[in-house]
Amino acid sequence: MKQVQSRIIAPDNGDLAVEAHALVKTFGDNRAVDGVTLNVRAGSIYGVLGPNGAGKTTTIRMLATLLRPDAGSAKIFGHDVVKEPQIVRQLIGVTGQYASVDESLSATENLVIFSRLLGLGRAEARHKAVELLEEFSLTEAAKRPLKKFSGGMRRRLDLAASLIAQPPLIFLDEPTTGLDPRTRNQMWETIRRLVKTGSTVLLTTQYLQEADELADRIAVIDRGRVVAEGTADELKTSVGSSSLQLRIQNPQDIQDARQTVERVLMVQSAVSPEGGKITAPMADADRVTDLLIAFRETGIQLAELSVQKPTLDEVFLTITGHGVKEDAAKEMDETDEVRGIKQ
Amino acid sequence: MKSTVIKSPADRELTNYVSFSQSVRNSLTMAYRGLLKIRRTPEQLFDVTFQPILFTLMFTYLFGGAISGDVKSYLPVIIPGILVQTVITTSIVTGVQLREDMDKGVFDRFKSLPIARIAPLAGALLADTIRYTIATGLTFTMGFIMGYRPDGGLGYVVISGLLVIVCSWAISWIFAFFGVIARTASSVQGISMIVLFPLTFLSNAFVPVKTLPDWLQWFVKFNPISHLVTAVRDLANNATIGWDPAISLIGAAVIVAIFAPLTVRAYMRRT
Repeated sequence: MKQVQSRIIAPDNGDLAVEAHALVKTFGDNRAVDGVTLNVRAGSIYGVLGPNGAGKTTTIRMLATLLRPDAGSAKIFGHDVVKEPQIVRQLIGVTGQYASVDESLSATENLVIFSRLLGLGRAEARHKAVELLEEFSLTEAAKRPLKKFSGGMRRRLDLAASLIAQPPLIFLDEPTTGLDPRTRNQMWETIRRLVKTGSTVLLTTQYLQEADELADRIAVIDRGRVVAEGTADELKTSVGSSSLQLRIQNPQDIQDARQTVERVLMVQSAVSPEGGKITAPMADADRVTDLLIAFRETGIQLAELSVQKPTLDEVFLTITGHGVKEDAAKEMDETDEVRGIKQ
Repeated sequence: MKSTVIKSPADRELTNYVSFSQSVRNSLTMAYRGLLKIRRTPEQLFDVTFQPILFTLMFTYLFGGAISGDVKSYLPVIIPGILVQTVITTSIVTGVQLREDMDKGVFDRFKSLPIARIAPLAGALLADTIRYTIATGLTFTMGFIMGYRPDGGLGYVVISGLLVIVCSWAISWIFAFFGVIARTASSVQGISMIVLFPLTFLSNAFVPVKTLPDWLQWFVKFNPISHLVTAVRDLANNATIGWDPAISLIGAAVIVAIFAPLTVRAYMRRT
């Protein structure tokens, strides 16, 4: 649906908005981005999915001319990010993970200053600020200093600031991290509306559900590499549309149980290291009935069983063969280095 | 976004070059931002209000009798000296605040906008001239209250004030450079003080050069701060324009020519 809509309106559908080839960025010993290749069609929403510290922010910063790649190349609408940075900046809007607006000024002042910097006249800038504040339901808070803004309001203002020049490509770095569900849904709505006007959106997220809701195509990124790429459907088929988790009463039966699962569901199962829990992707939740019958026939006693939507963790487990959490320590390092200036 | 369809990249006029007039416009907008910030947080003007008052009182009564016999005859010597010292010390704050400002997310946005790279820096420095103006005004006012009556008249006093402001703006590029390369705001303060203390005190600002040992006289005469102090004294006290204002301005231009590009380059690399 989304794709069809954007296809009609997007003026130059065949073009690539982003063409990144083997991008590399190293911070000290840490290869934060290790050969990322991405192609984003103009007029689409592209999701970059990965855990904290997978290299999402670093990738976006390189594409947005904020960071110079150590190797590889990237083009935005055919313009090289290293050779023609000033042209690239005229084509993009960037909304960072950390609000890139001026804390000590009011919402209106922020928007007016950004508008003036982008070449709008005094009256035009005021007009634009009023228009954007209204559109993002911030009119009431227009004169308040940002210190008193909630997280959601700040993100909305941040996004509004990225849209002043109506850039054809918008980078959104984790646009909904830390937002409550209601504000998150508003943000999703806004992003969808953006694409209808012909913008291309490249967003990063930690949530499979978000990528699923919004993105036409998704790249799964891990340890600085793209480990899977495709439409949301393609990705989900690779991990199953739901995930089965079960624990059995008698640990000796675990191999039998796995065999049964694999035979009935015709998929690969995995045993979680901590507690003999078997997980397996399921194409169809209804198949659980067949499985339960099979268990009764083989006499394996269940302790616990649940069918869930696949989490990012499972997508990862399936695609990379390792979980998200074991990287946690490394990720902290990287986030620190990306924000190195902030200390 | 409401109704308009985004212009496709092919229909846009794109240029990889920022014109000089755009650089000036961008810098002025950034200066406007700086002024708004000062208006929002007036407490950051604390130093420029109290330092001139405190230093003028302190140094005049401390050195007046010893150097010129009495306070009144020391005033024409010390007021230009303290003016230069105070205003230039104030320009350190520019570097410190720039460091603090750059740590905030908003600088990421400035970097991602198609604006002149120099604008966020030049704008911040430009807005700070308001601080120098306040410091200059207060120093002269303090002097006046204590009995300083410059013979040059108001016009020349204003010209000398402007000269100090322009030179301090130029010198603030040095501290802006420290601000960009340093890791923390307090280290900017530290480095800048080390540079500034010898420059301001080893000059003719407080004491007659004749009283100094030969080798130090050589340095003091070479020190650009001395030329600036002499320029202010000539202007405010005698209404004469000698070589010193020209030397001061040339020095200022040289500083900007060296440190502005250095600072912008360091700023660009620091991402």
